[in-house]
Amino acid sequence: MSLTLADVTPGQLLPELVHDVTTTTIVQGAAAAHVWRPMHHDHEYAVHRQGVRDVFMDTQTQGAWLERFVTDWAGATARLGRLGYRMRTPVFPGDRMAIDGSVRDVETDDTGCGWVVLDLTVRVGTTVCTDAHAKVALPVDATDNPWTRHGESWQP
Amino acid sequence: MTEVPADVLARVGEPCHREQSVVPVEPGAITAFVSASHNGNPVYWDDAVADEITAGPVAPATMLSVWFQPLPWEPGRTEEAVPLRLHFELKERFGYPEAIVSDNVATYHEPVRPGDVLTSEQRLVSVSDEKTTRLGTGRFWVIDVEYRNQHDDLVAVERWTSFGYEVDAA
Repeated sequence: MSLTLADVTPGQLLPELVHDVTTTTIVQGAAAAHVWRPMHHDHEYAVHRQGVRDVFMDTQTQGAWLERFVTDWAGATARLGRLGYRMRTPVFPGDRMAIDGSVRDVETDDTGCGWVVLDLTVRVGTTVCTDAHAKVALPVDATDNPWTRHGESWQP
Repeated sequence: MTEVPADVLARVGEPCHREQSVVPVEPGAITAFVSASHNGNPVYWDDAVADEITAGPVAPATMLSVWFQPLPWEPGRTEEAVPLRLHFELKERFGYPEAIVSDNVATYHEPVRPGDVLTSEQRLVSVSDEKTTRLGTGRFWVIDVEYRNQHDDLVAVERWTSFGYEVDAA
């Protein structure tokens, strides 16, 4: 079930996603992202060379969790147009990672494409680990599908 | 030296480091990627849903850089391969021992599909005069990486804002 633009209003909160992060979460993410820098799989390197307490989640894997968070809420017909994020502090094994989001804006562009702008955060406890924002196309009605847009009709 | 040197200014707007994706876009890698974030979006798991919604299988948008990550080892390679080479060239040009990515924004255009062959091109957008922040003294630079598929369709533009710096003596 996918949302349409009429289902969304500014200020709306997205359902929180909570995940208990393990070393497997970190290493599986890094391997799937083809990220082989040692701080994402080698505990000794992370502690003794990077000066952090353990291996930590790589940038691409955080992006993957954010994309999943958005489409869990919006549904498969939603199409990501833009994603920006700023990592502030790492996510480690043992952390309970919570992803939250709220709707900043809802708009329809000149081509008739419906857009939702979201503010997102990745938190552990009260610490914000990553700030993010996303621009996502949603169908404007039950007959619309943003994935059919190409070229001039897709302006993310 | 606080102003931007002429040789660096000359690089602004000039495309460089045109590269082809390291590995082909393929379904097994997509499955591994969505599994790692427990992403149950049926577009990635059910070809019939993908046919209906996305006109066939697609890769997650955030997977883009995966296709360009340097392999840890390749036959004949003698130097360490680095992603975003222009970033490291600037760090070296200015002699900054440290550099951090402060911001990353990606804009997604045509979806990436299994079988696609992607190319990327880097472009220096801007370099700041020297500034002092809480990290140290250095410069901000902005690099765009433009990705295209084998049809020359624009797939995505990533904008990386970085700060290269030297820690100030206490």
